Amino acid sequence: MSTDAPLMKDPDSHANPPVDGSELIRFDTVTKRFGSNTVLDRLDFSVESGKHVTLIGPSGSGKTTILRLLMTLTQPDEGTITVGGEKLFPAPEKQVRELRKNIGMVFQQFNLFPNMSALRNITEAPVTVLGLSKEEAEQRARELLELVGLADKWDARPTQLSGGQQQRVAIARALAMRPQVLLLDEVTSALDPELVAGVLDLLRDIARTTDITMLCVTHEMNFARDISDQVLMFDSGRIIEAGPPERIFSEPEQERTREFLSAVL
Amino acid sequence: MKWDWNAVSDFMPHFWDGLLVTLQALALGSLISFALGLVWALLMRTPTRWVRWPVGVVTEFVRNTPLLVQLFFLFYVLPEWGVTFSALTTGVFAIGLHYSTYTMQVYRAGIEAVPAGQWEAATALNLPRVRTWQVVILPQAIRRVIPALGNYVIAMLKDTPLLMAITVLEMLGQARLYSQEHFQFTEPLTVIGVAFIVISYLASLLLRALERRLVH
Repeated sequence: MSTDAPLMKDPDSHANPPVDGSELIRFDTVTKRFGSNTVLDRLDFSVESGKHVTLIGPSGSGKTTILRLLMTLTQPDEGTITVGGEKLFPAPEKQVRELRKNIGMVFQQFNLFPNMSALRNITEAPVTVLGLSKEEAEQRARELLELVGLADKWDARPTQLSGGQQQRVAIARALAMRPQVLLLDEVTSALDPELVAGVLDLLRDIARTTDITMLCVTHEMNFARDISDQVLMFDSGRIIEAGPPERIFSEPEQERTREFLSAVL
Repeated sequence: MKWDWNAVSDFMPHFWDGLLVTLQALALGSLISFALGLVWALLMRTPTRWVRWPVGVVTEFVRNTPLLVQLFFLFYVLPEWGVTFSALTTGVFAIGLHYSTYTMQVYRAGIEAVPAGQWEAATALNLPRVRTWQVVILPQAIRRVIPALGNYVIAMLKDTPLLMAITVLEMLGQARLYSQEHFQFTEPLTVIGVAFIVISYLASLLLRALERRLVH
């Protein structure tokens, strides 16, 4: 069996748009406010299928909100969001559920289910949501645990794992749903420094060996440079600069981008 | 006043009968309060006001009226409407209902204590709402609230003598019956007093053991 088997898409899986660089995600004049604070201000942007996009910028600039909107953890106040040409917002619940199958998310705080083993964390959704048999789901989960380097920890509870190990399980859990889009929300920010590299290497591998579209909020600029096709620089709820990482990191056009990069690099 | 061991041994057969009834009332009352309290707690989380409002009013009413009044009401008033149950059934139901209005608050606190990230992870995995409650939220919430639920079991134990008021012969009922027939109050009341302490203590031991097992 080939090593990337756990990541291959089912030929007959749900709505499988081509990975040909066509537009997959689109935000149209999306505004999000929390109270009087406007987090996203009439934001327009789109992401092509299969691309890796990194969102950078000072905290509070709206990066995480974009991921949360795509995961439908929160709703915009105005505007529309489409995924694969279909509306994610505004849309009826049934359509949201269908589209959400294509999107996976890894959180800063891992958010594993503490009452389940690592294996069960990974198999729960494939069985209940995708309708896989228990055996199929466990097979898939074991392959993914192998991929993230935790094959021997299948029976461990999250509390018995280090932060880095928990985050690897969380990555495996998201991949088990075979998402087209993977949202990574500051996935190494809560980790001890010595555990960061392992998780980032794993994500580099996934970025290199799969056709999953990735949206990544991170403060790890070297990682961003390595995996990104495009970098979006946010400030105060707007994208102030966008481009390939080579350009953004070496010759930023905006003074604000330069300031930010010199502060974090 | 003299302690009479003969009175103790005479009373013992009645005591065992009473003990059995007390334990029955306690066990069934607890089960009802645990189950019903969870139902109230879940209903209070439904989005529709037309469910939350009546549940809120009814449970507030039950919590803030005395259990003794509720016992009398269920035992003497319901039969006038043609609804009749045995005294013990009525008592068990009344205790369970009364305490469910307390356990619902315990469950609510336990549910609110589950971190928002758990809901978010369930959404991100597209788990259906019912499934999220079943396998993610409730297992974590209930684990957290078992110590608090246990305290209500002990409180319930101490309320079981109220059942005497509706002719249920639990421990206190048996002691009083015996005392009135034999004019010996000290021995039966002491025996059941000790029994209450022993049951409370055993229950608390059981709870602590359960808590320890649920830490992981």
